[in-house]
Amino acid sequence: MTVASSSPPSRLSPRGVEGTAPQPRSGRKRERDGGGRGDGALAALFIAPAMLGFLVFLFWPTLRGIYLSFTRFNLLTPAEWVGLDNYRRMVKDPIFWDSLKVTVEYVFINIGIQTVSALAIAVLLQRLTQSAVLRGVVLTPYLMSNVVAGIVWLWMLDTQLGIGNEIIAGLGFDRIPFLADETWAIPTIALINVWRHVGYTALLLFAGLQAIPNDMYEAAKVDGASEWRMFWRITMPLLRPVLAVVLIMTVIGSFQVFDTVAVTTNGGPANATNVLQFYIYGSAFGRFQFGYASAMSVALLVVLSAITILQYRLTRAGQTDLG
Amino acid sequence: MTAVTATTTKVRPQRRRLSPGKVLAWTVMAAMVLITLLPFYWILRTALSSNTALAAHPGDVLPVDPTTGGFERALGLQSTEEAIAQGGSGGGLKFWRYLLNSVIVSTLITVCQILFSAMAAYAFARLRWRGRDKVFGLFLAGLMVPTIFTLLPNFVLIKQLGLVDSLLGISLPTMFMTPFAVFFMRQFFMNVPREVEEAALLDGAGKIRIFFRVMLPMASSPVLTLGVLTYITSWNDYFWPLMVSYSDSSRVLTVALAIFRAQTPQTGYDWSGLMAATLIAALPMLVLFGFFARRIVSTISFTGIK
Repeated sequence: MTVASSSPPSRLSPRGVEGTAPQPRSGRKRERDGGGRGDGALAALFIAPAMLGFLVFLFWPTLRGIYLSFTRFNLLTPAEWVGLDNYRRMVKDPIFWDSLKVTVEYVFINIGIQTVSALAIAVLLQRLTQSAVLRGVVLTPYLMSNVVAGIVWLWMLDTQLGIGNEIIAGLGFDRIPFLADETWAIPTIALINVWRHVGYTALLLFAGLQAIPNDMYEAAKVDGASEWRMFWRITMPLLRPVLAVVLIMTVIGSFQVFDTVAVTTNGGPANATNVLQFYIYGSAFGRFQFGYASAMSVALLVVLSAITILQYRLTRAGQTDLG
Repeated sequence: MTAVTATTTKVRPQRRRLSPGKVLAWTVMAAMVLITLLPFYWILRTALSSNTALAAHPGDVLPVDPTTGGFERALGLQSTEEAIAQGGSGGGLKFWRYLLNSVIVSTLITVCQILFSAMAAYAFARLRWRGRDKVFGLFLAGLMVPTIFTLLPNFVLIKQLGLVDSLLGISLPTMFMTPFAVFFMRQFFMNVPREVEEAALLDGAGKIRIFFRVMLPMASSPVLTLGVLTYITSWNDYFWPLMVSYSDSSRVLTVALAIFRAQTPQTGYDWSGLMAATLIAALPMLVLFGFFARRIVSTISFTGIK
């Protein structure tokens, strides 16, 4: 899922090893490969806490979430098996479809703008300046919580008092009710989240750019290629695998939008920002329909899996033109 | 870096002139930095303004009628009458309580998650046992399940365990591991030369000792980066604590902030109080990042940590 390959060990001192390494080989080898039982007991000890966490808080909840989607469950009385009822209801629920539509609209705007901006920042950070300070600066919004980011922009984009509308009014345009208007609300929330996440995405792409040999740019420059041409002929083809992974990651994250909506618009105005996760939360904690909420969660899970597979195919992730 | 630039300019002096493209590129960069940082200044400017005066001067660049009243309200230092007179809700925040809760939750999650994930990663990378690859495959499959999918069932579980509205209940689900942390640490341990371990084994050290005395200290750099990012993530988490906590005893800063925002007074928002609270909530992460920024930025840049 990630492009992680850890940096090499930093404080390594192979000096002490050199003299002793050759002679113990045979003895060690027997212990290492012999018998097939290896370090069973020790491994069990080392893996026990993580295994417990995995089984109890990841594996079991996943199965249970799927199970609950086939039940009627309000937390107080035991879950009652209802077969496909929740799914039938979901298919006929106009609010569900509407919230799915709103979510998709959000994802398109959010991912579209974020990816293009992040790519621009990453390329500028690579080709224009290698400044580590600037890399730190672009990451700062990521340190804020979605809640903080939401509140700050709610204030800055306030129709009457926000600095954003002061500037717009100062330029002679009409004030825009960014978060209070049905058409503006979703794009605004999408942009707020771009603000928070774009720097992080840019650094991930920057990591990918670092892998492109500088010689290629030097050679292209000698041949008289412009930066623009180099971007399309060198950067884009070679960055594609990283870009694909980052896209999959950010799209999955984007579909889970909740915090910003909860803080800024609370789903309104008139359900215009009732994103899927917000609707699911309301069903579970507002109306105590945990079964129905679980069914919608499963639907989201299926959508996300489908998108992951599709994106992976389309962008031919994992392949690079560098070979 | 400087040396390289120097030689380039010496060989081709004309490159020093600013081309239109370069001017454009720097302008774009400057605009990006401005958009990135402007909200931070605006938080500070508003937090230091008097709430009642804000409405008259919405566009002033400097704080309007400067006062620390916003911070006093956010920290709950003002009496209710005082707060309401200055445009606050009088609801206030039990700020220190929430700060402590956030610190406890984030520390508990970070320390345990990293330790347990590193231990598992070591077992996956360096110990030999039957079924190792299958179990690791299962862990990796966990990466495919969006966190959000497990929240509802996990809430049901935490409720059954009787841990709703407790700090432990907030921490538990991510305290033991995340597939990513295990995956990330395993990659690191795989790259440590075997000779390092073998030398320690020769000295008679057991594998447990090797892990804690050799491998873990050697992994200080990735552990630090992972640790800071985990801390930031758990500090900023809102959705899960919102589900689990109901009262002050387990309320973390993000949730408290959202509630503070929802306590809209009849006269309109207490923007200066809200911005002060926002600043205080975000400050610890800014400071933390300030300390480790260089190392984190370069680790993300060169390894693409998620």
